[in-house]
Amino acid sequence: MADLTTKIGTLTLKNPIMPASGTFSEELAEVFHLDTIGAHVTKTITRGKRAGNPMPRVCEVGGAMLNSIGIPSKGAEWFVKNVVPFYADYDAPLVISISANTADEFARFAEEVSVPGVAAIEVNISCPNIEDDGKAFAMRPGPTGDVIRKMRSATSLPLWAKLSPNTGEVVEVAQAAEAAGADALVTANTMLAMAIDSRTGCVRLGNIMGGLSGPALRPITLRMTYQCARAVAIPVIGCGGISAIDDVLEYLIAGARAVQVGTATFISPTTMPRLVRELEQALVGRGLPSVDALIGTVEVAYEAITLAEYA
Amino acid sequence: MSASLCVVPDSISAGAPRPPSIHEVGARIKSHEWVNGEYRLLVLDAPASILNCEPGQFFHLLCPQTDRFQPYLRRPMSIYSFDAARGTLSFLYKVAGAGTGALAELQPGATLNIVGPLGKGFEIRPEWQRPLLLARGVGLATLAPLARECARLDRPLTAVCSARSPELLMSTDLFRSYGAEVITVTDAEGNSGVESLTTLIERLIRSRGIDAFFTCGSARLMRMLQEMGARHGIVGQVALEQQMACGIGMCQACVRPFRRETGAVNLRVCREGPVFDLQEVL
Repeated sequence: MADLTTKIGTLTLKNPIMPASGTFSEELAEVFHLDTIGAHVTKTITRGKRAGNPMPRVCEVGGAMLNSIGIPSKGAEWFVKNVVPFYADYDAPLVISISANTADEFARFAEEVSVPGVAAIEVNISCPNIEDDGKAFAMRPGPTGDVIRKMRSATSLPLWAKLSPNTGEVVEVAQAAEAAGADALVTANTMLAMAIDSRTGCVRLGNIMGGLSGPALRPITLRMTYQCARAVAIPVIGCGGISAIDDVLEYLIAGARAVQVGTATFISPTTMPRLVRELEQALVGRGLPSVDALIGTVEVAYEAITLAEYA
Repeated sequence: MSASLCVVPDSISAGAPRPPSIHEVGARIKSHEWVNGEYRLLVLDAPASILNCEPGQFFHLLCPQTDRFQPYLRRPMSIYSFDAARGTLSFLYKVAGAGTGALAELQPGATLNIVGPLGKGFEIRPEWQRPLLLARGVGLATLAPLARECARLDRPLTAVCSARSPELLMSTDLFRSYGAEVITVTDAEGNSGVESLTTLIERLIRSRGIDAFFTCGSARLMRMLQEMGARHGIVGQVALEQQMACGIGMCQACVRPFRRETGAVNLRVCREGPVFDLQEVL
């Protein structure tokens, strides 16, 4: 037996496997028992209703997926009344993901959804699919700090800032979120991308551009996880392209205290419970007593064998 | 699409944990044959846990990676037949793109990972005593389990089957074996157009007393039945196809607009469908 629990600030998760926002919903309860996983993270909601983006909303590109769903939402009130109670039957903490257009709206929204049953708020400041040519708060430290600071004074719930890979200032953004009062970082959202059908000349997403996810994203978000874990004291949650147990281990070794599994659940809806089982086996196999014992153990020295392969 | 469209359904299933009803399993391929130049019949050995299906439901297939094709997402495929007694599940599909191209390369004995059964199937209401089925192309496969269910419920069925050419008219023998009256039309014979079919179905409504429509496989024919149904006060259901990512209801990729009392709503084809009220489709 290995101890799979992990702490994200004040929250203790029974294991470090949780869904990435947008790839999880109540329907998954028909596939496996939802208390198998460490936390429940809802699809991002907005305060008002949103229809979402035009079709097609997804396409596949060589071992990865592009999406431009566009955050369809029934609004805050509907969500609190209808979705939050669903999760009351489970022990795993409920993390709700929210998005808004301004820092002030983020703050008001955070207050509205700080209701019993909600354990933490994931702050989606990184969705590339909404407006403004793929721009997002999390591309720059200033706007990131503004959003988190205003939310911090509006709610006492833990705030998880979901960062963006579409920035050259990863560390600065991470530190701005921490300084403004974020309790954890999620690294990261999808990467802004596009695809064209060369036969027809048409773009392959209704929204022209969309977010890249799946295994192709993993080296990028793993790198961000490593950078952020070194740069901040708050927990970092790795997210991007995880489908196999080695991917989970990679993120933990890089410094993540937990991981989110996204697109892999579309490919195999039983991915998360499988990874929980395999994580226990992997730790036991390595003679490790706990998840904690693996976190942040990355070796940065070159090994001779790596060089030998290229010699 | 207006910004007022709601995108999540009004009802959410009850929260209490319950045993899984959607299963991800590896199923062994029992046989896998071409039935004509375009379609293949795939028969799987399937566990009883996944064979509690409704006509019109679908499975989500993990098509293999091959030298020629590398599909990433699963492919939704409607059930052609399910038989809990024999432990078999079959799909009749058109080899069209990367997913079905890769699937077509699988040999008997290989294992195929499938998720299901998924979606909401057909509902044959008690007052629908004399249904008519109109199927085109791959819709012939989707409607096969419905024809079997009509036979089981002892509802005399008229099946109008349409295809480009006579050799692509699949499952007509199967429909006949279920006791259905089968009428075939093809583009090659020039009797599959909306005008010819309108005349034919008007005649069937009068002579057979048709009181319900079921359709799949053609947007053009669905529109035709919507119009005829509105005119004659005949209700019905349609099975829709849509590109999907998750197939379970998480991703909201497969939504389409439908007419509801409150106005237009976006519904998920994978979850609220794939079978919908014929008149609700916008």
